[in-house]
Amino acid sequence: MLSRTASCLYWLGRYVERAEFTARLVEATLRLDALSTRPAGDAAWLSAMKVLDADIAFAATGQALTPRNVTRFLTVSVGHPGSVLFCLNAARDNAKAVRTALSREAWSAINRAWLLFHGKTSPGDTEQVLNLVAQAEAETRGFEGAIGRMLRNPSSRFIRLGAAIERADNTARLLDVKYHILLPEGEAVGGAVDRDQWTTILQTVSAVNAYRWLYREGLKPWLVTELLILRRELPRSLAACGEEVVQHLAGIGKETGNQGEADRLARDRHAEFGSARIEQIIATGLHEYLEDYLEANAALDAAIARQFRFY
Amino acid sequence: MGRPFDEIRGFSEGAGARPEFAALGQWLDETPAAELQRRQEAAEATFRQLGITFAVYGDEAAAERIIPFDIVPRIFTASEWSSLSAGLVQRVEAINAFLTDIYGPRKILADGIIPEDLILRNPQFRPEIVGSRPPHDVWSHICGIDLVRTGPDDFWVLEDNARTPSGVSYMLENREAMIRLCPELFQMYQVEPVDSYTDLLHETMQSVAPRGCGSDPVCVILTPGHYNSAYYEHSFLADTIGIELVEAADLEVDDDKVWMRTITGRVQVHVIYRRIDDDFLDPLIFRPDSLLGVPGLISAYRAGNVTIVNAPGTGIADDKAVYSYMPEIVRYYSGGDPLLPNVETYRCREPEMLSYVLDNLEKLVVKLVDGSGGYGMLVGPMASKTQIEDFRAALKAEPHRYIAQPTLALSTVPTLTEKGIAPRHVDFRPFVLSQPGRVKIVPGGLTRVALKEGSLVVNSSQGGGTKDSFILANNGGRS
Amino acid sequence: MRLTIDHRTRYQFSEPQARVVQLLRMTPLDFGGQTVIDWRIDVDCDARLREGRDGYGNITTMLYIDGPVNAVSIMVRGDVLTDDLGGRVKGTLEPLPPLFFMRSTPLTEASVAISDLVPPTPTGLDQAMALNLAVKAAVSVEPGRTPKTRTAAEVLAEGQGSVRDCTHVLLAAARSAGYPARLVSGHCLDGPNARSHKSAHCWAELFIAGEGWIAFDPSTGRLPGDTYVRVAVGLDAGDSTPLSGTRRGGGIEELDVEVRIAMSQSQE
Repeated sequence: MLSRTASCLYWLGRYVERAEFTARLVEATLRLDALSTRPAGDAAWLSAMKVLDADIAFAATGQALTPRNVTRFLTVSVGHPGSVLFCLNAARDNAKAVRTALSREAWSAINRAWLLFHGKTSPGDTEQVLNLVAQAEAETRGFEGAIGRMLRNPSSRFIRLGAAIERADNTARLLDVKYHILLPEGEAVGGAVDRDQWTTILQTVSAVNAYRWLYREGLKPWLVTELLILRRELPRSLAACGEEVVQHLAGIGKETGNQGEADRLARDRHAEFGSARIEQIIATGLHEYLEDYLEANAALDAAIARQFRFY
Repeated sequence: MGRPFDEIRGFSEGAGARPEFAALGQWLDETPAAELQRRQEAAEATFRQLGITFAVYGDEAAAERIIPFDIVPRIFTASEWSSLSAGLVQRVEAINAFLTDIYGPRKILADGIIPEDLILRNPQFRPEIVGSRPPHDVWSHICGIDLVRTGPDDFWVLEDNARTPSGVSYMLENREAMIRLCPELFQMYQVEPVDSYTDLLHETMQSVAPRGCGSDPVCVILTPGHYNSAYYEHSFLADTIGIELVEAADLEVDDDKVWMRTITGRVQVHVIYRRIDDDFLDPLIFRPDSLLGVPGLISAYRAGNVTIVNAPGTGIADDKAVYSYMPEIVRYYSGGDPLLPNVETYRCREPEMLSYVLDNLEKLVVKLVDGSGGYGMLVGPMASKTQIEDFRAALKAEPHRYIAQPTLALSTVPTLTEKGIAPRHVDFRPFVLSQPGRVKIVPGGLTRVALKEGSLVVNSSQGGGTKDSFILANNGGRS
Repeated sequence: MRLTIDHRTRYQFSEPQARVVQLLRMTPLDFGGQTVIDWRIDVDCDARLREGRDGYGNITTMLYIDGPVNAVSIMVRGDVLTDDLGGRVKGTLEPLPPLFFMRSTPLTEASVAISDLVPPTPTGLDQAMALNLAVKAAVSVEPGRTPKTRTAAEVLAEGQGSVRDCTHVLLAAARSAGYPARLVSGHCLDGPNARSHKSAHCWAELFIAGEGWIAFDPSTGRLPGDTYVRVAVGLDAGDSTPLSGTRRGGGIEELDVEVRIAMSQSQE
């Protein structure tokens, strides 16, 4: 496989995942704020932007922090390199450059998702946004399905590798920001607002049902944290993403007969999850843990680029 | 101009279809226009979804459009096709022989068949290629010959495309759409399949690989990238054949051999079907200012270590000024009369012809020698006074840059329009593949149709559309 | 005369380069006026060299260098025996007929002023010699390399330029007068660049009916003789350039050229 193709596929996977995550976060925040009987207010939108690393960029636009402005910024802004529109543009560009490596079904899903946002300047009212976001999620899920049905060849592996790296990054950011910033001062831990916000996290990673299945008790922050970090049953947990990365790298290595630095880093990181306990992680500092994790994830991304000669 | 020939209904207005196309005529009469419209829209929706788009120059807003598709097929009978293909084979063989000669001994110039300066001073004659021979002496491996028709047996070559002709993906995708949307037509007629084209293309690439590279040469398609207007076609062909679609940055030349960069290291490449112009092949040779291209590619080519499809330098064979000598060229190399005639062409570089052209501008089609895509073209009978005067001035200033041709009464084919089925002018581009010692043609081609009433310009950039082209396995009806 | 040439080119890069590919037209061929006794190209790093021919019949050498590389030195050395044929160019390989060299290029497009340099005398050797002198008089030559690319018309309007600029003016004027003309790159023992050691030399060849190809040096007004070594030809300096290259790795490059030409000690 051409190095450029591998690089495009990997970034295709990352951008689709990023688009979907952003869409989900917008949806969950809307539900938390606009549709809730207890509007969460500016704090919810600010924290959503912090998760996406978009707070500074938004402030630079000089717009007022209103749900409508933030929603537009995160979904259809052409200038913001993190909006759903931007991610879908980038995903489609990468997909177009590697059309031969994709199934028609996978390409069509990307193209349809892109057409949803292409040329849009305003996402509309809350209901229209929810509708748009739901359609985008449906198309990206369709894309994941199409990738799942593609041959288990290096093409689909690189896409899924990119998606897994991106997903791990998103989950870690979500957890980090929400855990530290979200709870307004004076609110009791375990209170109604707190519960709403933890529910938002679970919605963003589509884990509301998974939580109920696995824990069969009320929302406990440390359990949500455990679910998102250590439970392999949840596809968006750090442990599950780590496992996926190891698998895809091994799958590619099996085809090419080569293994390298990225394989070693991924395996080492994966092994650490085996013995980790949530009590211990929280005791030594969740924020520090997640920061270290994000740094290691970036190092793994760089190792992948080197190993497969992306540049 | 009399009434143009309609390929399905013949010359007479209101008459039924020609006998061999009676079934199609009946289908047209009986299928409601709304139903045809529905099918056409379904086809176009599929094309849009597949991303079969093209870019129009100077049209930023519509950066990506699909080429309109017309649901009514155009049909050739088996005997029409067999005489057409004989003419195409003869012409393409002559083009390849001409290129071998012109970049080698130049006998045709020594024998005075073509004026020497027409070749030697033509920018399309590439000194960088002089003295080289492509592996197996095949130059223009893929030729697209543009044909027009004016009567039942009157076909004319309008233009040769010996560089990197595009459009073959429309031939293939249009057929897929027709089979899906109008299966009944394939019950009515036994239509020759076109889907073997990609296999034949691969076979052609393998057949011209440099000697000594083994039985399984590595073939790739070289694209300028996904912003190119024909990118869909490039990726479609690579995908269907199962070979890599590379960009210049994926290739490097080392030790006069070409390599592609892969995730496991580099792999030697033997055959490159390039869809980029000569100018952008090798910045060390052609365009030092260009960042595109593969430095060293021409050295690898001259060393005989890689085959470039089509070979660099083939532009001299489809230059419009050279075109006017094609009958002489065909006669010179084939030893016989051309089976496919040229459209009569006035070379404005010759003073007598120029004065005729200036006197008859309103009757003629005037073209830039190095123009394409319908740009820089005057269609006299359709043009305004101002346009004619503009061209008159341009012709007087630089006569050598123009040729002129009579305006032909191009044939029409029934086409779905806003007002129902109506005749529209068409042309036809079959794709001719040259392998060592033999020429092969898939029974089919690209029919382009001028969708505007009365328009003679079929180029997609000027509002043209496409149709499927049926070649029948017999002379009509299903046997 | 026995001439020894020592032509060194050194590239230095601000960033390590992943790959460097160079095309050299630096190897002379034998013809009636010269015999190459010894010629070699050396590179100071691991490189693959491949010899070939271009469409003009020039010897080309491709140089392929793997990175990471911070600097490359190319040393071209050799000895050539020369004879004075009074400018006549005999026994060269001619893959292209003279008419081809009537083509003008963007750098050698004739202007009215350039055509006006052609003396109103009958076509032939005398007229060509007079034209050569007219160009010498019209363009004062400064040693060294061309600081920026100018067209022949611009050069003539400014009245000064490098050897290369001056040759372009002669090419443009000659073609406008109906002489096929080409640029020759090479070396000259006593040309304008000989003392600065910073650049090689170039001149023109005109095809004169009944005479054949004749060499003219508009920078000196002479017809090249045994102090000249003929290396490569082309339509202008662009396609006969001694050295062109590409590299992958970004940054900027610094180029240093040193050319020394000397009469050999062992003069026969």
